[in-house]
Amino acid sequence: MSDRMIEVADLRISFSSAEVVKGVAFEVARGETFGIVGESGSGKSTVLRAMSGLNESWDGRILFNGEAVPKRRSREFFRKVQMVFQDPFGSLHPRQTIDRILSEILLVNRIGEIDRRINKALSDVALPQTARFRYPHQLSGGQRQRVAIARALIAEPKVLLLDEPTSALDVSVQAEVLNLLADLREEHGLTYVMVSHNLAVISHLCARVGVMQNGLMVEQTSVEDLRAGNVSHPHTQELRRLSVELEDVPAEPSSVSQAKPGA
Amino acid sequence: MLVDIQNLRIAFTSRGKRFEAVRGISLTLGREKLGIVGESGSGKSLTARALMKLLPKTAQVSADTLRYDDVDVLKASERQMRRIRGGRVGFVLQDPKYSLNPVKTIGSQIDEAWREHKRGSARQAKQATLDLLDQVLIRDPKKVYASYPHEVSGGMGQRAMIAMALAPNPELLIADEPTSALDATVQAEILRLINDLVEKRGMGLILISHDLPLVSHFCDRVCVMYSGQIMEEMAASDLMNARHPYTRGLLNCMPSLMHPRDRLPVLAREDIWLEETAR
Repeated sequence: MSDRMIEVADLRISFSSAEVVKGVAFEVARGETFGIVGESGSGKSTVLRAMSGLNESWDGRILFNGEAVPKRRSREFFRKVQMVFQDPFGSLHPRQTIDRILSEILLVNRIGEIDRRINKALSDVALPQTARFRYPHQLSGGQRQRVAIARALIAEPKVLLLDEPTSALDVSVQAEVLNLLADLREEHGLTYVMVSHNLAVISHLCARVGVMQNGLMVEQTSVEDLRAGNVSHPHTQELRRLSVELEDVPAEPSSVSQAKPGA
Repeated sequence: MLVDIQNLRIAFTSRGKRFEAVRGISLTLGREKLGIVGESGSGKSLTARALMKLLPKTAQVSADTLRYDDVDVLKASERQMRRIRGGRVGFVLQDPKYSLNPVKTIGSQIDEAWREHKRGSARQAKQATLDLLDQVLIRDPKKVYASYPHEVSGGMGQRAMIAMALAPNPELLIADEPTSALDATVQAEILRLINDLVEKRGMGLILISHDLPLVSHFCDRVCVMYSGQIMEEMAASDLMNARHPYTRGLLNCMPSLMHPRDRLPVLAREDIWLEETAR
């Protein structure tokens, strides 16, 4: 077994004639968390969807655990690699109970002990057992995102692909979910790839970050270098500046707006 | 004083159960920049909508005072309110994708807003619209004028929304999460634009957001709402010295690029915050 859990090389993705991912390459070590930041339209989610097997038209190479994956993935692949989406409203079936949502993936993968596994999954994500026979609309946004994480974890995957997992949540709930993701990574030895537009969120969970712009990964850096300002690409510097500026305590009202004339 | 709200309450009845979503809010606003911050469901948008009488019929609204300048909003007729909405008060909503009409050009929508309140000719309206698009720093106003909403970016759409809100020359601008759907780089530009326009025109601003640090950068005063009540009100510059445990908890649980922590402190909600305090 290599120490490299994920390897993406020269990944290219086009929608009709427009190339939206133009040769992206990165590697993620086992147990590591790799973050991808970028603005909307930069191609960050498209990369994740190709990795997860949701989009089958891509060129290049994607390797999980040293093995190149085919365009159409096997059932075994989906047991090992799971995805959590941004919007917990949209990603859970509104007419299915949590019990049904969680058991479906076990039935599909012919995994037994459904009862025990569901209870374990619910307690893993700190949801009460009473949530099991509720419908998604009866839960809060944070609880729903916990269900989405429980569903991703229940088949005991090795890799979680996280697409903006907290951006639809309030900051207090975001803190709970980020803590949960950190705990689960520790407990289950998971490897994460997380996509977000929020540099602070990425830097909290990830050790390394790739910055995307216009379909290219323009820079890869460690979070320490990012924090220290040791970054070379102008887009990375700009994202960093905006993030730092917001964290600054305002000396006087609207000091930021006066300090920076022009955009 | 532009806005005077005393003891505002908004309740909904669902399946026979009455639920009070806004529970006794009092605030006043002059020609200044006020931020209203809170989590989803805290009642911040409802408060702004109540002021414009834009709540659905099922909402039960009561207040000791609910005034916009010289108008008693609770007693005002629909006709009176129509003159305020869009005319004296401009509204900018979260997502330009949903708040612009998709089958009309951007120019014609701003024309309409201008003509509704200013009563001018079509040609005057077009001239005013091009001028407004220029004021919101759109480089090629003629091109955007003739574009449909789906043909422009989110930031451009939001600029058009701001131009539309400014068209009748309002005294107050209510911006409800104006940048939540936008990228970080665009977000800063739009807020700077709103700030500059508000200052240049001497308008009042109500900026509604879930993002506490962001609001404190652009406002004079901040109201922190939780569960239908105002927990704390302070000068934006005092935010870092906030006293209320809810405000402190919100600030504390945000991840930070510059100050990394192993675990994020989780906000512990206390029942005592829900108790109504006489204000």
